[in-house]
Amino acid sequence: MRDDWLREDRLPHIYCAGCGNGTIMNCVLEAVERTGWDQKKTIFVSGIGCSSRAPGYILTDSLHTTHGRAIAFATGVKMANPSLHVVVFTGDGDLAAIGGNHFIHACRRNIDITVVCMNNHIYGMTGGQGSPTTPIGKTSTTTPYGADEAPFDLAELAIAAGANYVARWTSFHVKQLTESVLTGLNTPGFSLIEVRCQCPTSYGRRNKYREPVDYMTYLKTHAVLKEKWERTAAPGAELPADSFLVGEFVRRQRPVMGVPDEA
Amino acid sequence: MQGNIASAEGALAAGCTFFGGYPITPSTEVAEHMAARMPKIKGACFIQMEDEIASIAAIIGAAWTGARSMTATSGPGFSLMMENIGYAVMTETPCVIVNIQRGGPSTGQPTMAAQGDMMQVKFGSHGDYSIIALAPSSVQECFDLTAKAFNLADRFRTPVFLMADEVIGHMREKIEIPDSVEIVRPKTLAEGALPFAPGPDGVPGFAAFGTGRHIPVTGLTHDERGYPDTTNPARHESLVRRLFSKIEDARHDIADYAIVNDEAEYVFVCYGAPVRTVREVVERLRIPDTGYLQLRIVWPFPEDLLSRFPKVKAFIVPEMNLGMMAREIERHVSVPVIPVSKIGGDLHTPEELVEAVRVAGGLL
Repeated sequence: MRDDWLREDRLPHIYCAGCGNGTIMNCVLEAVERTGWDQKKTIFVSGIGCSSRAPGYILTDSLHTTHGRAIAFATGVKMANPSLHVVVFTGDGDLAAIGGNHFIHACRRNIDITVVCMNNHIYGMTGGQGSPTTPIGKTSTTTPYGADEAPFDLAELAIAAGANYVARWTSFHVKQLTESVLTGLNTPGFSLIEVRCQCPTSYGRRNKYREPVDYMTYLKTHAVLKEKWERTAAPGAELPADSFLVGEFVRRQRPVMGVPDEA
Repeated sequence: MQGNIASAEGALAAGCTFFGGYPITPSTEVAEHMAARMPKIKGACFIQMEDEIASIAAIIGAAWTGARSMTATSGPGFSLMMENIGYAVMTETPCVIVNIQRGGPSTGQPTMAAQGDMMQVKFGSHGDYSIIALAPSSVQECFDLTAKAFNLADRFRTPVFLMADEVIGHMREKIEIPDSVEIVRPKTLAEGALPFAPGPDGVPGFAAFGTGRHIPVTGLTHDERGYPDTTNPARHESLVRRLFSKIEDARHDIADYAIVNDEAEYVFVCYGAPVRTVREVVERLRIPDTGYLQLRIVWPFPEDLLSRFPKVKAFIVPEMNLGMMAREIERHVSVPVIPVSKIGGDLHTPEELVEAVRVAGGLL
């Protein structure tokens, strides 16, 4: 791990054995280091949930805020001082349920922040309730007979709402994830990097992915590279069941907010 | 000048450089004026957020960059802000929230005045805490007290509220704008000091984000480093008691009030719009044996001021609610407290207050 950026006196962390969040934090910190950003000028912001505990372990100024509101707080930080680099850690419940409104409006404004969403399809911290990204049929404590609501596609949501950079990877794709986070950090405007990841304790245990490696294997075998799919799939073909696209979905230059004047 | 605009100008005079807001009657002119003025001020930012929850979140985020930040709202928006108000209290974030009160509950009376949020401002977010609330009774006070609110917010590192109402917010009066206003910024976090270690006044020093202090800010119960420590009863008790005491212990020191005729037997205690009717009764009609205490800072409640009337037989409390501060006053005095409650949006008439004095006299 990147010792200079970690609060070692906060260890041990609260994450369960086999959790994907640590891997994602590591990728994000590597990307941040590669930007060359001044640690003093880098701010991590989060809401509530397992993902949102990440900033507390990072040695920078940070705001661990209220449930769903991280992006709204981050908007204040960035607009009040555009010279700061602002990165948001969030999860699927925090971003897409209680925080959905702030998410789409930040995409619309295209404010210059990077949001990393640890999407484990579950409310892990409260013990495994269904979230807006729980796939249909999957079991949680609030969908004991299988989820029957259609899930959000977070990446598509961000694209439709206007974000400049959107990518999706998994906790298995550490190299690609790191590169995408780096691109997101360096892209002016709103960047969303959705990272599908395992929650063995609250999701895997109830959905036949008992070992952490079981869900990572699923992520590895069911992630379909977007470029490859577009190149090889027959026109109008549907993705195989349980599969999902990964890759860089959009990189564009819509007008942005929160970029320093001299940039 | 209109009260709402005076409030916006007071904020700008105090160096407010960040405003996050959402339209709501009868406060909208504050945001509109900021939208017109702030883009012309170097380094200032006006942003219309997607709702009131986002508005207060944004001003708290902005405050951590060292900006003086403000939002303005009314009843329904104020209700939406409650969770993040608690966050500002817990994280000791200085910021200013203007509430142009209207009739509630719910959507109620968007265009009519009320003082129905006076308990909500003190108790509306969950948990024990204290805040500072100011109440203007004139357009001049909208300007002066908004500017003052920023100094109090910085000094005590707390959200500070300007609890105006529709009448004061929309009233137009001539005011005097000073060349400059007093500006007191937060004391800085000393080299080597922990970011949430209090000084003798119970308030920690402040360091803005980006200055290299690596401050972890959390709404969780935390230690002096800012690290979460949520299951230690002693930690929680000492933190919350400090957050409470740093405000409450200063209530006499920061009291802002006017006393007229401290020899009175019938003493009005008033704040906000009803002050105007009280002044009519006491100062112009000169109803015998009457005097008044006007509170410009309502919370923390300066109960010692009630003992400044040695001959008092009854306190008469005209409010545009069903007796909120009257109940607080009752806690502190042994003479009768007579609420004169009026809701619906109309101000008290002088006749109603004269009648209250007459009834008080008859009762005693």
